[in-house]
Amino acid sequence: MRRFESYGQGVPGLELGDLSGWLIVIEGPDGVGRTTHVNRLRAHLEQLGYAVAETGLTRSDLASRGIRRAKQGNTLGANAFNLFYATDFADRLEQQIVPALRAGFVMITDRYVYSLIARAIVRGADPDWIKQVYSFALLPDAVYYLRIEAQQLVPRVLAEGPFDYWESGMDVPMGEDLYDSFVNYQGRIIHELDGLAREYGFHTLDATRDEDDIADELCASVTRVLMKKPSSATA
Amino acid sequence: MSALTTYGQRPNVYPGKLFIVEGIDGSGKSTQLALLTQWLRSEGYLVTFSEWNSSQIVKATTSRGKKRQLLTPLTFSLIHATDFSDRLEQQIVPALKAGAIVLADRYVYTAFARDVARGVDGGWVRSLYRFAVPPTLAVYFRVPLDVALHRILSARPKLKYYEAGMDLRLSTDVTESYRLFQARIQHEYEGQVREFGLATMDATLPVEVQQRALRDMVRPHLHGVAASPATAALEDEERTA
Repeated sequence: MRRFESYGQGVPGLELGDLSGWLIVIEGPDGVGRTTHVNRLRAHLEQLGYAVAETGLTRSDLASRGIRRAKQGNTLGANAFNLFYATDFADRLEQQIVPALRAGFVMITDRYVYSLIARAIVRGADPDWIKQVYSFALLPDAVYYLRIEAQQLVPRVLAEGPFDYWESGMDVPMGEDLYDSFVNYQGRIIHELDGLAREYGFHTLDATRDEDDIADELCASVTRVLMKKPSSATA
Repeated sequence: MSALTTYGQRPNVYPGKLFIVEGIDGSGKSTQLALLTQWLRSEGYLVTFSEWNSSQIVKATTSRGKKRQLLTPLTFSLIHATDFSDRLEQQIVPALKAGAIVLADRYVYTAFARDVARGVDGGWVRSLYRFAVPPTLAVYFRVPLDVALHRILSARPKLKYYEAGMDLRLSTDVTESYRLFQARIQHEYEGQVREFGLATMDATLPVEVQQRALRDMVRPHLHGVAASPATAALEDEERTA
């Protein structure tokens, strides 16, 4: 039985039949604590004996350098940036995610197509178009959305250092200074993620709660997902 | 995910004109476009030129992907769309807004032909390029496959990995792979002639005969196009052409 499906036509030449792992997505805005929860979830699953792999935005072998370079100069067109991110994602899907699933790993991805769709829409892309672009993506087994208000992100982000140019949407820009733009930009991103959460059925986690409580709920829920869909390698 | 939205829906509302040429390698389209460029400039028009796969920022990634053979049909398609999008935003649309003539050696039809020849879904790639401005005139240089292959292969070219379609494993022999890949691409082009109403040029005719025909195709569209400002600007553009 086929365990994975694509949203649309899928990846050219990719057979989905032999993919046996799990694809778990953690979504949420910048600074919400995704990394912390990815690490905790990983430790939990490894404790249970699962092999875990990870990926996240702009970590591809193919495009990560190019994206970094383009960000430094801020000279790439907005739509070209959307497609550069799509290239990066496609490379990671084919070179990291699919091989891990084929090997029966739990693949935890720190943001998936949803964040990329949200950032493209906020920068003016047509929602139908950008969703169609990403229709080659695999449907995850579960998507966990760390939900917060933009204002509540501010202290968390500032505790780590000054506002980041890109995390503040200053390429658009969305305010007079970094603070204004950060709040407006993250607010729009969160608004789009909220819409995508309804459309794609995310499991929403209130990120303002105690970190341990969130981690407990996340770990328990992922464990249930893994139990419900046993690995075909062991079946 | 949603209803298919596709290429060809964005209106071309700009005062400038976009003329593009398409065809397989060895069809002679680049020669014809170079001659057309010279003629339009000598007629005093403001002309800019955009070449496939030439965005400065994206090129480094594309070259890296090709050199290390990191590209799959999917990422090959997406990185070329990224390049195209950058050139469209930064070169083509601004020049069209300024009322210039933009000449492009290859356009979206190249992606549709090559990507589908590589196994990418035709509907998906047409949707991917939905943001593209449809050209004022698109000319497809139609040539028998053997003629084009002879033009390319008789020069003993060093065929590159992706150029020869080696990633498709059609043949372990580079030249044979190139032949098979070009045949697939040509098949896709032929379908697009009907689909998009591309103008066709008999690319077996003598060069000067084709050039006269090409000028005849372009001439009706030249009304209202901006004139070139000065000789200095002209020389500057010729450097890049």
